[in-house]
Amino acid sequence: MGILLQTIVAGLLKGGLYALIGIGMTLIMGVMGIINLAHGQMMMVAMYIAYVLNTMGVDPYFSLLVAMPTLFLLGVLIQKYLLNPLIKVDTILPENQVLMTVGIGMVLTEVIRFIFKSDYKYVTTSYSSATFFLGGISFNVPLTIAFFIALAFTAAMFWFLIKTDLGRSIRATAQDKDAATLMGINTGRITVVTMGLGAALVAAAGCLLAPVYYIFPDLGGPFTAKAFVITILGGLGSTVGAILGGITLGMAESLGATYLGMEYEDIVGLAIFVAVLLFLPGGFKRLTKV
Amino acid sequence: MKKTPVAAIVAVAALALLPLVLADNYFLHLLILFLIWVIIGSSWNIMAGYTGQVSFGHAAFFGTGAYTAGLFVMHGGFSAWWGMAFGGVAAMLLGLPFGAICFPLRGAYFALASLALNLILMHLATIAERFTGGMQGIMIMPTFVSKVPYYYITLGMAVATLVVVQSIIRSKWGYYFVSIREDQDAAESLGIDTNRYKNVSLAVSAFFTGTAGALYMNYMGFIDPHVVFSLHDYSVMAILVAIVGGVGTIYGPAVGAFIMVGLQELFRSGFFGLFKYLGDRTGSETFTQAMEVVQHAHVLVFGILVVVVILFLPNGIVGDWGKIRKSVFRSKPAA
Repeated sequence: MGILLQTIVAGLLKGGLYALIGIGMTLIMGVMGIINLAHGQMMMVAMYIAYVLNTMGVDPYFSLLVAMPTLFLLGVLIQKYLLNPLIKVDTILPENQVLMTVGIGMVLTEVIRFIFKSDYKYVTTSYSSATFFLGGISFNVPLTIAFFIALAFTAAMFWFLIKTDLGRSIRATAQDKDAATLMGINTGRITVVTMGLGAALVAAAGCLLAPVYYIFPDLGGPFTAKAFVITILGGLGSTVGAILGGITLGMAESLGATYLGMEYEDIVGLAIFVAVLLFLPGGFKRLTKV
Repeated sequence: MKKTPVAAIVAVAALALLPLVLADNYFLHLLILFLIWVIIGSSWNIMAGYTGQVSFGHAAFFGTGAYTAGLFVMHGGFSAWWGMAFGGVAAMLLGLPFGAICFPLRGAYFALASLALNLILMHLATIAERFTGGMQGIMIMPTFVSKVPYYYITLGMAVATLVVVQSIIRSKWGYYFVSIREDQDAAESLGIDTNRYKNVSLAVSAFFTGTAGALYMNYMGFIDPHVVFSLHDYSVMAILVAIVGGVGTIYGPAVGAFIMVGLQELFRSGFFGLFKYLGDRTGSETFTQAMEVVQHAHVLVFGILVVVVILFLPNGIVGDWGKIRKSVFRSKPAA
């Protein structure tokens, strides 16, 4: 019983971070109608920012303040100069925007590899392996902090989407782009902002993960895979779904690693993906209707 | 019905005669790789370029074919050449249920599912050590010492693939495929069973990719999960080959394969040994370092190439040939 509880707690904490990754992806999916296959790579870039700042003595949580604006800018530039021009390009190539994100992901990975080489980097903090106990269950300190910061960001994101003008415009664009344009929303600008927000959110996840994870250039790919599993699980474009999806994936990975063996950790997510396609196409969105 | 262009026939004839004049192993190796990529690129193209179903995981079919050939040797003690007969069928058997699940769903599902399929197979091939040899992979003894027989077999396969793809595209199926790509609802309303024809195009595509995988196993003699199920080396490369040459054109992937294999080799060998030569001649460290940089830069260049091609040559070299000719040769005044 102790092991089970411990596993669930570990999965829940990880799930909070996954939710943050998933929300960024699902926002982009909802507004642009494309999957961003450079999502994990953006997170990787943010982790390297945290690493560089850490070598200068900056705590990874403060590097959030640098990494998020930087990635926001990166997302804005990518959307403005690489993805939006494709709408006007006359081509028979289907999904050229998605292919473009693949190319962008490759470039990000290789540029980072070029600068930092392929070896593992660590963000060292005094609390990296600190734990505290609550009712016989151990909580990893950085993961617990990460979980609560992730919760705060998620709540802030919801407030932003529901209460602010810009947030409403984003939701309107996601629901019906043409109608939103007719209502006077500059949808081109909205896509740029959304990409920036998605990138900033995943940057936050990267910085929060940095103290407990090793950092290397090829880390992007597996996290892109996790991000799309979360998005499919939650339902394309659904933010509530992304949170549920993130937590489910975190739990499932944790349970898989404990009860099946470490080598199954990655395959669990993919198995969920297949199961969702088979039994619940549309994901949690079909159940929650949001 | 259009005839096969003379240029294509000349090219095949030239390729067939080439080993008689040029029996250099290095060039034969590059040509074999080029021909394998013609097969994979054309297969990807029939599904993505003509039917509009973009696959991000074609390595799944390639690896299945390669493992079919390898498993024949590992478990039955049969010749790996049996893989040539069954590798394509195995890939097709993998593709059909996969298509049956994904095609009824609209949107990004197919693209994501193909990527997932690729990853799942890579993990499975790694975990099932007893069955596949796990990370150690499968090694076989090559049948021929010389590269010439492999070259002719690959050439035959590539020509067969192009002929079959061309005849499918010019048949009724081809028109069904294109109509699905252009407007699925309109195709459906004209009475085309869109799911069925998406599956047909997937099956053809998987079959040829799987056969190419089996051929690869026979030729290279070694596979492991991270080689044949590699996202970068196969899935993304297949996309690059097709989009650089031209999606939705019959000869585009052949042109793309030529350019991509050439580029890959250019970087792998450090501009065909130019840097090494300069380094040896001048004895300067700079060239040796430059060579290392160049050897590691090929994925970066591929990434930049994806971005540039999609932005500026969205229909590839063959598809945008008119545009290229106009801007490069200025043979006609710009309209």
